[in-house]
Amino acid sequence: MYVAVKGGEAAIEAAHAWLAAARRGDPAVPELGLAQIEQQLSLAVDRVMAEGSCHDRGLAALAIKQARGDLIEAAFLLRAYRTTLTRFAAAEPLETGRMRVLRRISATYKDLPGGQVLGPTFDYTHRLLDFALAAEGAPPPPPAPEAEASGAPMPRVSEILAEEGLMRREAPGEAAPPPDLTREPLRFPAPRALRLQALARGDEGFLLGLGYSTQRGYGNAHPFVAELRLGEAEVVLHPPELGFPISIGEVTVTECQMVNQFAGAGDAPPQFTRGYGLALGHCERKAMAMALVDRALLARELGEEVAAPAQDEEFVLLHADNVEATGFVEHLKLPHHVDFQSELEKLRSIRARFEAERAAPRAEAAE
Amino acid sequence: MIRRAILKAIAIPGHQIPFGAREMPLPYGWGTGGIQVTASILGPSDVLKVIDQGADDTTNAVSIRRFFARTAGVATTTRTAEATVIQTRHRIPERPLREDQILVFQVPMPEPLFRLEPRLAETRRLHALADYSLAQVKLYEDIAQQGESASSYNHPVLVNGRYLMSPSPIPGFDNPKLDRNPALLLFGAGREKKIYAVPPYTPVKSLDFDDHPFAPMRAPHPCALCGSTAHYLDEIVTDDRGGRMFVCSDTDACADAAAGAPR
Repeated sequence: MYVAVKGGEAAIEAAHAWLAAARRGDPAVPELGLAQIEQQLSLAVDRVMAEGSCHDRGLAALAIKQARGDLIEAAFLLRAYRTTLTRFAAAEPLETGRMRVLRRISATYKDLPGGQVLGPTFDYTHRLLDFALAAEGAPPPPPAPEAEASGAPMPRVSEILAEEGLMRREAPGEAAPPPDLTREPLRFPAPRALRLQALARGDEGFLLGLGYSTQRGYGNAHPFVAELRLGEAEVVLHPPELGFPISIGEVTVTECQMVNQFAGAGDAPPQFTRGYGLALGHCERKAMAMALVDRALLARELGEEVAAPAQDEEFVLLHADNVEATGFVEHLKLPHHVDFQSELEKLRSIRARFEAERAAPRAEAAE
Repeated sequence: MIRRAILKAIAIPGHQIPFGAREMPLPYGWGTGGIQVTASILGPSDVLKVIDQGADDTTNAVSIRRFFARTAGVATTTRTAEATVIQTRHRIPERPLREDQILVFQVPMPEPLFRLEPRLAETRRLHALADYSLAQVKLYEDIAQQGESASSYNHPVLVNGRYLMSPSPIPGFDNPKLDRNPALLLFGAGREKKIYAVPPYTPVKSLDFDDHPFAPMRAPHPCALCGSTAHYLDEIVTDDRGGRMFVCSDTDACADAAAGAPR
């Protein structure tokens, strides 16, 4: 017999207790420390910072621990925390051209001022499981060989092209302060600053798929990596009461500039155009995918045909946020039995009419 | 910011007002819009009721009620008559609401045309022009092909003769309760960042045709617990041989009716 579903409260408490035990796992295994996560799962930390839109490695590590390694859940935790913080100022634009570079590569020139710097990369590793890592307690690897930093400036490739007039100059910065996606809802058409904000916090997997689609003909991209750089960029604030800019620290960012050909239209001569990607921390795949999608989204402004999913601003921007997406997909777990009941009655009613009409095909129509 | 959006929404009944929805401690899709609206209108003397599918004891209703009891220290109740603010998902309580009550709906997709036109830039234009032919043609096709509207819940309504509005996924059974309701009806969509409202006593008409009037539906049974033949019913599967049982979805109204209290 039917028993009313009471005791939701007790069930929730019990589920949370179980969750806490599952998070800890076998108590015989040492507990994971935040420092371990931050140091040894650093790319997970970076991804959570990027998608959580909050530059704090310690909090990101905590979120990963709390989320049992579910990185989207961790990004959500970080976002929910971030939204409670006071926003006290907007920094000056990051001078990524002057960043302290850890890695910098260009695919468009064999060599260039500042050189190619590989940095800590998976590139050129052979993807063979390293069973030596499974043996715990091994001594730390010997320090990587170091070279003296050249100190030579590392101009941005896009600037080198722009000086020759081959690269489309971006429109000067729009209104200050810049628009803020986290304060105002997106409206369409969205200015590029807002699009880039949305992409920067967008889901890496979603952007990866979209970026990939532009390479396979859905969006007509001919991209080159003009430059991919990873390093520490100074954050500069200009407090009005001081009257001069001050540096408040450095953040690690990954920046990607893609070069794409553009046939020109109207007054615009044939030239290169730029797709831009920037993400907090070391997120190369994300920055590259973002640059591809940013370029695809320029289609409307450049007068190109908007035909592919990656070029469709509403489609891309309203579906790139994994915190929103996971919430709405997962909400289907919630009870829907009231709606479903109405669907049952509706289907029964339509079926009854269908059966009646089939039984008496010549019956006069209802209308 | 949210109160300003609510005021605008009340000033233009049925019109969706964009607002800067924030991340909440609950996931998007789980009532973040309703929570933000409720949080912005709760006062120290309010009494809050939270229902999901009409019931106070569904897990998400329990979770949201606990959230407000903990963070706002607000008094809570399961009794519709005692509540000043009711947050709901998918139902309107059976007991008629009063002028001193506010009903806050959790809304997943605020745009009534989204299945017909997913582009917000385009639906904004259609609303501006009051061009609802897409919805009318859809309804016409449903009737022509299968004899009645295909939508059983979230059936669109015209508010104050002007804006087409999603009533949120309430069953069509509840649509008539929207019309000239004495309570203030507020709708919050967190993920979609929209707020809209139906002020007290505003005319609300379910989309239909003169010769095919809107027909709310309900399972043709009495409630197995209280015997009501007027309340909306949940269908419970009792065995694997076709056994069914029908009980009120509104747990408070069911308890009242079972106790023989006047409604």
